[in-house]
Amino acid sequence: MDFLIQRLPLYLDGAWVTIQLTIGGSALAFVLAMVFGIMGTIRHWLPRAVATVYVEVFRGIAALVLMFWMAFALPQLTGYQLDDRFAAIIALGLNVGAYGAEVVRSSINAVPKEQVEATVALNFSWFQRLRLVVLPQAWAQMLPTFGNLVIELMKATAVAYLIGVADLTAVAQQMRQATGETVIAFIGAFILYYLIAQVLILGMRLLERRANRKLGRIPPGGTGLLALLRPPAVNTKAGVA
Amino acid sequence: MPPSDIPATEGPQGVGGESKDQPLIVFDQVVKRFGDLTVLDHLDFSVAPGERVTLIGPSGSGKTTILRLLMTLEKVTEGCIWVGGEPYSHTMRGGQLTPAGEGYLRERRKRVGMVFQQFNLFPNMTVRQNIIEAPVHVLGTSKAEANARAVELLDMVGLGDKIDAHPTQLSGGQQQRVAIARALAMQPEILLLDEVTSALDPELVAGVLDVLREIAETTDITMLCVTHEMGFARDVSHRVLMFDQGQIAEEGPPEQIFGEPREERTKSFLRSVLNNG
Repeated sequence: MDFLIQRLPLYLDGAWVTIQLTIGGSALAFVLAMVFGIMGTIRHWLPRAVATVYVEVFRGIAALVLMFWMAFALPQLTGYQLDDRFAAIIALGLNVGAYGAEVVRSSINAVPKEQVEATVALNFSWFQRLRLVVLPQAWAQMLPTFGNLVIELMKATAVAYLIGVADLTAVAQQMRQATGETVIAFIGAFILYYLIAQVLILGMRLLERRANRKLGRIPPGGTGLLALLRPPAVNTKAGVA
Repeated sequence: MPPSDIPATEGPQGVGGESKDQPLIVFDQVVKRFGDLTVLDHLDFSVAPGERVTLIGPSGSGKTTILRLLMTLEKVTEGCIWVGGEPYSHTMRGGQLTPAGEGYLRERRKRVGMVFQQFNLFPNMTVRQNIIEAPVHVLGTSKAEANARAVELLDMVGLGDKIDAHPTQLSGGQQQRVAIARALAMQPEILLLDEVTSALDPELVAGVLDVLREIAETTDITMLCVTHEMGFARDVSHRVLMFDQGQIAEEGPPEQIFGEPREERTKSFLRSVLNNG
């Protein structure tokens, strides 16, 4: 235990890098998921084709290979060396964004068609319909899957150490090599990854509860912080008015 | 609340050939097919400004499709719909009627509002937002004005105290009355009512029909109403159209259709409805 406590600052530095990669990658993935997911629901073939190409290309490439490409191949092609962390963030964002785009597309398509008809009857434009009615309702549907994707992305940041990013995994590797305490060195990483994941899960649950409350689905299991420890069991039928 | 506060037709204009003598809505040889199924079969009929028309008939006879075509939720297969003397489902391009695009439809359907069987309130909005969002964003009404109107309309439908409630906190009848207020907030000339009481528990039907009766009495809004509430149809409508197999089987004033129907199809339809109701 002393081993870890003495080296805690080093671990925390590594954890901080992991958090940066997670936030940066998630932010990029979110924007890409929204843009290409919405494009995938447009009736015109061109935006739909562009969205399909993006999704199929980046879903099919391993994040690690993409990261290597960003870090090693791109500089050869363009002569410009991306910062390691930046390369990792772009690779993770492109990869998870492709999965997210499918979530966005299917959630938008799952909004009842009666809701869309009501927006036609009120003469909303395409953008007003999306912003005021469709996305707010699809949002609650996206969140549980987004939660999984964020956790997956956080864990996938571990491969960034292979392109030289000094993340949590890199710190654990250094500890192991420097001290030979393989078991302890990785237990430190386990604990910090687990804690980061728990914070992410809690945050996603808060967002989910808020989204469901906005749709008038009152989450059972009471209110307050303790209720957050339970996964939200939501009666989705109540919200379909 | 004075009648002038409720959306009304603009009356005779004399512009674009629009006048009180001319029909407001004209169906000209309208055909609607879904695949092999012909729902409307070369349908001709017209509705005068301010007229209240009830569409009755067995399910599948095309009544609801007429409302959906007028709300531009469906496209006509053949023929053309005219509103206010101008093509509605089509645009005039080089002397030819061509199916209208979304931009043109958006301009045209301003005049039309619709209330749905399943209310279709937006669950992500409060009652107030449900009513004011469209006027604010689509018509460009100021928030204060839209709010004031929402209060008036909710008072009219008897739900003044529910303005900040959530749709899921309301009964079906209350939700439907909010939906009526929401449609009226857009000040349509033509109000389409698609089986608006069919999804309601029996004890909630009267409240909704009372609101519609009041609108019928105090405004000259043109109404097209698909309903199985024969009492309501008799009270408020000027004319009843009996549909069967995508065509008008019989039409006339409510007293005649309900009192002494001529067609056998009308008689048997009315018998089946009255026995079930």
